[in-house]
Amino acid sequence: MNVHKYTPEKTFNLVIGGEAGQGLATVGLILAKSLVRRGYSIVVTQSYQSRIRGGHNTFAIRVGRNNVVAPQESIDLLVAFNRETVELHKKDLSPQGAVVTDEAFTIVEKPCLAVPFKELAGKRFVNTAALGVVASVLGLDGDLVSEAIEDAFGAKHPEAVEENRQVLEKAFSWVCRKAAIIETLPPVPDPPRRMMLNGNEAIALGALSAGLRFYSYYPMTPSTSIALTLIQHAEAFGSIVEQAEDEIAAINMAVGASFAGAPAMVGASGGGFALMTEGISLAAMIETPVVVVVAQRPGPATGLPTRTEQGDLELVLHAGHGEFPRAIFAPGTVEDCFSLTQKAFELAEACQNPVFVLTDQFLADSYRAVAPPETEKLPGADLDRQLPDCPLPYRRYALTESGISPRFVPGASEHLVVADSDEHSEDGHLTEDLRVRRQMVEKRQRKQDAIRGQVIPPQFDGDAEPELLLVSWGSSGGSVLEAAGRMRNNGRRLSTLHFSQVWPLVPEQFIGHLQAAKEVVAVEGNATGQFARLIRCETGFHITRRVLRYDGLPITPEYIIRELDRQE
Amino acid sequence: MVSLEDYGTYETAWCPGCGNFAILRAVKQALVKADLRPHQVLFVSGIGQAAKTPHYLNVNVLNGLHGRALPAATGAKLANPELAVFVESGDGCTYGEGGNHFLAAIRRNVDLTVLVHDNQVYGLTKGQASPTSDQGFVTKAQPHGVEAEPFNPIGVATAMRAGFVARGFSGMTDHLADLIVKAVKHRGFSLIDILQPCVSFNKVNTFAWYKERCHVLPPEYDPTDSNAAMEAAFQRADKIPIGVIHENNGPK
Repeated sequence: MNVHKYTPEKTFNLVIGGEAGQGLATVGLILAKSLVRRGYSIVVTQSYQSRIRGGHNTFAIRVGRNNVVAPQESIDLLVAFNRETVELHKKDLSPQGAVVTDEAFTIVEKPCLAVPFKELAGKRFVNTAALGVVASVLGLDGDLVSEAIEDAFGAKHPEAVEENRQVLEKAFSWVCRKAAIIETLPPVPDPPRRMMLNGNEAIALGALSAGLRFYSYYPMTPSTSIALTLIQHAEAFGSIVEQAEDEIAAINMAVGASFAGAPAMVGASGGGFALMTEGISLAAMIETPVVVVVAQRPGPATGLPTRTEQGDLELVLHAGHGEFPRAIFAPGTVEDCFSLTQKAFELAEACQNPVFVLTDQFLADSYRAVAPPETEKLPGADLDRQLPDCPLPYRRYALTESGISPRFVPGASEHLVVADSDEHSEDGHLTEDLRVRRQMVEKRQRKQDAIRGQVIPPQFDGDAEPELLLVSWGSSGGSVLEAAGRMRNNGRRLSTLHFSQVWPLVPEQFIGHLQAAKEVVAVEGNATGQFARLIRCETGFHITRRVLRYDGLPITPEYIIRELDRQE
Repeated sequence: MVSLEDYGTYETAWCPGCGNFAILRAVKQALVKADLRPHQVLFVSGIGQAAKTPHYLNVNVLNGLHGRALPAATGAKLANPELAVFVESGDGCTYGEGGNHFLAAIRRNVDLTVLVHDNQVYGLTKGQASPTSDQGFVTKAQPHGVEAEPFNPIGVATAMRAGFVARGFSGMTDHLADLIVKAVKHRGFSLIDILQPCVSFNKVNTFAWYKERCHVLPPEYDPTDSNAAMEAAFQRADKIPIGVIHENNGPK
């Protein structure tokens, strides 16, 4: 799996803030893309409210020359689209921090570039002017930004390209006449070729690379952009994306599609996923592969729709009535989102079972610079696989040593495929023969061995016998890595153990690390330490110390260090 | 050519005298008439006594969850349009638990043939009211009689201008088989609401009760006239029209 590496370096945190509808995400995206094209590493954190206009949103880009792995709280450059942003965030400015804002919202406590936006841009091109000013302040060249703007709007508004260019030039030359408020970004020598992707986009591309042919969903933040990304590519890949009437329909459609031979995935979040659970149990019972992406947001119920949390681990672990095997991947990076979704398809197909990909709003929306995956090497789902030599009448659920039976799809041959959500005999027809019931329970459970045999071991980093071992899973891995790195620089003996697969757990893979540490801390984005509880359940090892976050914001390196300091 | 034997003979879990037997016979006749080979056919069902029907047919079967046959069938049909996909379940499954999917499936208009065994009562759970139970229908669960207005599937489908909406009766097997063949030939969503008695739990709407009322629509009836169809959908007091109630061959 993708290796997290924390390299201490000077990074720069740019935060754009304003109301929903002011276009700050567009400005942020174009800036981020320009930075990625110049070879910078980025971590984007999007914080927004559940509304279409107004409120207060931010788009943060942390920039570095090496491998930025986590978000940062302190702000080096605040780009404020309104007065509220200035007031809310001036306390977060770093010692060298500065502000770029309209001349109407100027402050004096900190270096502040007061921009006469009206004069530079009129009403229509304020965002372009803001882009020009910020890019110029950062030391990016105008052509780069102009190109990124054209990529973003050229096709939709060709008539605006020239005007945009003029506003940009105006903004650049205006900044040139002003004194610098910050140090410009040091250039990246030999910028590598990078794609800018967020977690959801990477999941969509990972799924397509694995042979996805059917995706069904009901719109729900923060999972929706998986569907939107797939829709962009659906025609080229010949895949179907269906917006269902509800999540119950979505999962049942996916199961039906998969049953009929189309590698299928669903994506959901919180309550929408809760609605899917009966369908997941169905997929397990009729041994039909399906990949289920759960992008977590804070609950219970509607919770905080646009914020982040790692509160649904136990839900996903137990989702669906009855007992059946499962695997849960928890990507820690955008690269993980791609590769683990791909792996989820392979595993679902191989084990004829539901497989989960568990992410959260932070990672779903977090843009990063990623190396383009080498898609030629990827083994796609084996659609045209040689059909096994099976006598007629076909027994879909033939008892085998591995628990996995030869799978045909209906219509492909004379083999009739019979599947039933009731307990069934080998031929798929419902049965109340209790001896067969036992055999079928054991058959399904045997598949857990195949899943266990492929579990991705957690990644250990640091001193073999640390004073503190930080245990993490999913999207908080980068922040844990950086927090440990920073604390090590201050003379502490710290190590990290990060899980990108949270079920099944194979204790032999990691129990030694837990036992060798003087103290173990579970770092999780929830209120009760769900993963620590799972580890105790599976290993007997009790992680007593926790760093937990459940205010809807992502775990940051600063948060972890602050919490550890407070506890000590 | 396929024959009735190709579709097999199975032992069933139905009560003696159940309307399901006649419906199963009609389905087999229709499959033969439509000249579909077993492996080209997929039957998707939910849960209930009606939903067991696919198990008694030698075809591909996806017997899924209660109420969820329509979305599962939609997924299967989209994944493999070559399959002739049937949905077969009861009134509780299709109109109650799966009501939202029923509306969405009509709107989506995917080429599915939907056969609903409508006996106006929950059989498998032993006799509670269903969405189509008449007002005043007394059960152990509704001791003062059903208060809710019955769901009228034909009326709803007609109001939504569904392409093929028919009402069949288990007591008119050959006629039902013809209706199913027509539904298979219709490209798009087709619904046949099939009236049938429940010998165990519905002592009001009995075989005799239906037999007395059900009559085949006259040849001059025009199913493309949505207003006439609406009238036929709600006609029930002493005469229940049987046949293709509504057809809409407009743009798909």
